[in-house]
Order: sequence, then C-alpha cells, then structure tokens
Amino acid sequence: MYRETQIVNTQNNIPSNAEDAGFAADGGELVINVGPQHPATHGVLHLVITLQGETIQKIEPHLGYIHRSIEKMCESLSYRQFIYVTSRMDYLSAHINNHACALCIEKGLQLEIPPRAQVIRVLMGELTRIASHELWWGAMAMDLGAFTPFFYAFRERETINDIMEETCGARLTMNYMVPGGVMYDLHPNFQKRVKDFIQLFNSKIDEYDDLVTSNIIFQNRTKGVGVLSKEDAVSFGCTGPVGRGSGVQCDIRKLYPYEVYDKVQFDEIIETGGDSFSRYLVRVKELRQSIRIIEQLIDNIPEGDFQAKTKAVLKLPKGEFYSRVETARGEFGVYIVSEGGTTPYRIKFRSPGFSNLSALDHISRGCKIGDLMAIMGTLDLVIPDIDR
Amino acid sequence: MFIKQYISDVYHTVASLLKGMRTTGSYFVRPKEIITQQYPDNRAQMKLPERFRGEVVMEHDDNNEHACTGCTACELACPNATIKIVTKFDITPEGKKKKALDTFVYHLELCTMCNLCVEACPTSAIKMAQTFEHSVYDRSQLLKKLNKPGSKLRAGVE
Repeated sequence: MYRETQIVNTQNNIPSNAEDAGFAADGGELVINVGPQHPATHGVLHLVITLQGETIQKIEPHLGYIHRSIEKMCESLSYRQFIYVTSRMDYLSAHINNHACALCIEKGLQLEIPPRAQVIRVLMGELTRIASHELWWGAMAMDLGAFTPFFYAFRERETINDIMEETCGARLTMNYMVPGGVMYDLHPNFQKRVKDFIQLFNSKIDEYDDLVTSNIIFQNRTKGVGVLSKEDAVSFGCTGPVGRGSGVQCDIRKLYPYEVYDKVQFDEIIETGGDSFSRYLVRVKELRQSIRIIEQLIDNIPEGDFQAKTKAVLKLPKGEFYSRVETARGEFGVYIVSEGGTTPYRIKFRSPGFSNLSALDHISRGCKIGDLMAIMGTLDLVIPDIDR
Repeated sequence: MFIKQYISDVYHTVASLLKGMRTTGSYFVRPKEIITQQYPDNRAQMKLPERFRGEVVMEHDDNNEHACTGCTACELACPNATIKIVTKFDITPEGKKKKALDTFVYHLELCTMCNLCVEACPTSAIKMAQTFEHSVYDRSQLLKKLNKPGSKLRAGVE
C-alpha cells in the first residue's frame, strides 16, 4: 500500500545527467508521496502524486490513517449517546454536526422543539461557522506563505471559543445538543459577549481584506488555479463553499431551511469563477452573512424552555430517517435506519469533505505542484471528516 | 500600451503590498490590542467559567458524606464505559439489607467530557470540575476513585 518515492520509466540505470533521468520530455514520471505526516495536508492525508516535471498528472488520495469506524460504533450507542461522536468527525464545525444528529432523532420522535432552543441552536451554529472559516482563512494564508494572518485569525477565533466555553462548557467539542433542545440555557453574559464580538469582528474583517484578499501575490497564486466547472461540481457532489464557488446553488439553509433559517434574512453567496480565488471569496463573504444572521437573532431570543420534555430512554419507531444541515464545509447528512429499538440499526453519515476531496484529482491535473497548496487550501479538507 | 500595462501592474502590486504592511505595522503603535497570555505564569489569574468540563468529581460535605446512592444511572449513560460502580449491601438499623455505594471507579483516560453522566444523575452527586492539567507520568494514575475513604450516603437522599 505504501509506495516508496521512485523514479519510473528511467531508461538508463545510471543517469549521466538530469535529462536522462526522465525529467525531460521523454515521458518520464516522478511519483512522490505527500503525507500522511506532512505540514501541508493538515492531518493524516496521504497523497500519491504523479508528476511530469513539475506538472501534476495524477493525484491518488489514500485514506484510512484516521479511520475510527464511527458509523459502526454508533450502532452500539443509544440515541442520546452517539451525538457526541459526531463532534470528532468535522471537529471545526462540531456543533453543526451534532445539530444534524439531533434533527434526525427529533424527526423520528416527531418532537416539537421550543422556539428558544431553535434560536440558540442557530446562533451557536453561526458562531461555529465563523470560527471554522476563521481557522481556514488563517491556515490557508499560512499554506501560501503568509504567517501573520494565522495569528490574526486565531485572535478573533479565541473570542468565539471563550463564548462557547462559557455557555456550552467546552471550546471545540461542545456536545451542547440533546434530542429536544440544548443541554443548558444560555449563560447570562452570552448576549453581551456576542454583541462585543460582533463589534470587534466588523472592524477586523476589513483588516482581513486589506491583508490577504487584495494582496497581489495571493491573487496571482489563486486566480485561475484549480478550476472546477459547474457540471463537474455537481457530478462530484461538491457542496458548501466549493460548490458555490463554481456557481452551484447548494446552501441547505436556503434550499431546505431548518430551525429558524427561513425567518432570517441572509444571502446565499455564489461565485461563478470556479477557481481557488472564487472559493476563497465565498468563505470570506459568508463570514459577513453569518454576522448578519447573528445580528438579527441576538436581540430576539424568545423566552421559554430550552429543552423539550423527552423520555429517559429514547426509542425511534421502525423506519428510515434522514436529515441534513449546512456545515462550514457543505452538506452534512445523517441517515438512520431504526428497527424500533434503543440503538440505531444502521447509521450513515454523508460528510462534505469526502465528496470535496474526490474533486481534487480532477481539478489539479495540469497544475504545477506549487499550486497544489492553493487548491487543497481552498477545498478546506478536514481529514477526520473524510475518513470517519 | 505594453509599457502602460507594465507600469500599472507595478503600481498595483506595490500599493497592495503597502496596504497589507500598513495593517500589520499599525499594531506596533497599538500594543494594547496584543492579547498574548503568559501561561503557566498566569495560573493565579486564570479563571475558567463554571460550566467548563474538566473532569468528573463527587462532592463531599464537611461530614464526609456524599449523595451517591449507587443507582448506576451514570454508568448506563456513559458512552465510553468510563464509569464503573461497585455496590455493597449495608445493614440498616431495622436489620434490612440496603444497596449502597462501595467504590465509584472513574477512568479519566477514557472520558470525553460529554456531561451525559452529570445530566443523568438523579441526586446531583457528581459534577464537572474546572481542572484541566491532567498530565501524569503513568496511565494508571488516571484511574480514580471518586468517593473518599470512609464516606457514606448523606441522610435523606434516596
């Protein structure tokens, strides 16, 4: 399975110079391994890259280095217990993953969620989305050689993590969702701290544009690189900012609104370029839209219960249930097959990262190896989400 | 035409770079906005929110009494088999046998701090503590007994 770095198709055993070694135009190929331990892959992703000179001919992603068999594990956990496991898939939008599971269980139980819980869930989801996009923004700029944006992004992300820590009890794997609502009520400081954050963030987001978006080096490295056409985006199943960067309308919050997303005003960001820069723009503009959603909801949190009354032991009726949400990376779906017992018979997670990774080979063929960082950066891969 | 384009490109390049430099450079004159914390020197000032989930602890009052009845609701709620409850039989003054807690075994190394055990507890005997520095030299040190030696059930808790 693990291939050594090797030179294929060398005609002479002992090359006298570089041309003979197969690097010239005589069809010589170079196979190199990137990962599984590589600073550019942000996780244990193993890419086997076939190069012709400096041009990428083929990319073969090898998975399995962080496989934890989460789907199988969920079959032995009860409906309350398995929600926390999904935080460990896409750990940057852990809250939104938990949301999808809770929605699916509530669909099976036909539970009515109190309006307060719905608003809290959406608020937390949008804060998570901002935190996730911020981390991506910093890491993406760092991949392309700019180190300062990483610190700026983490500075603002820290504010969100503090808000999460205060209300949910954890910074990254919150586990704030329970079937029927949320685990605790909002912390008394929550509204004030979120308002402070909005004020801070609105001034910083212009700084981001000055620093990276308008930077000429960044633009030249991302424009026209890794072009994914609209048709290909649909056929590869790309969702989220990757799909919307290619002009596909795929925002689940707009298409199949859940919770209170049909009552708030926000724009679905669509760019038609399909290249790395378009995908970058979608995410940066989504930051502003998430702030817009939070601004509308933060003063209008309805009073009432934060959790619907549920039985101590949950049993889903016999049948199949599917729910989907829009995470920071795209469409996340949960499919539960129930036999009527206390544990699910089968669970399938549709994770956005897996489908987005499948487009990597197609869009990076013909690019230079230096462009691979720009392409992988804008695909926003989270490896535990791909591998599960 | 070519020269005009060339000069315009050079101008925009320099302008965009200076714009970014201005953003970073402005932090030199605004040192108040720097947020670096000097951990671990600031341990005394660090205050974690009361909901922060660090580890499961059992509350004991001054008489060395706790509220755990040994009902194993937390053991059933735990997704990772972190908790193991060993019960014993006490003899009540009336001469009847009564189930009581013997040892509350807690595997900190398996715990994911999901808070499901605390939610499940009917008598609020356990809670989450705000500790976070759990590094030890050996794995066996992470296996904890939560009830203190000689402790017993608080009167009136059923």
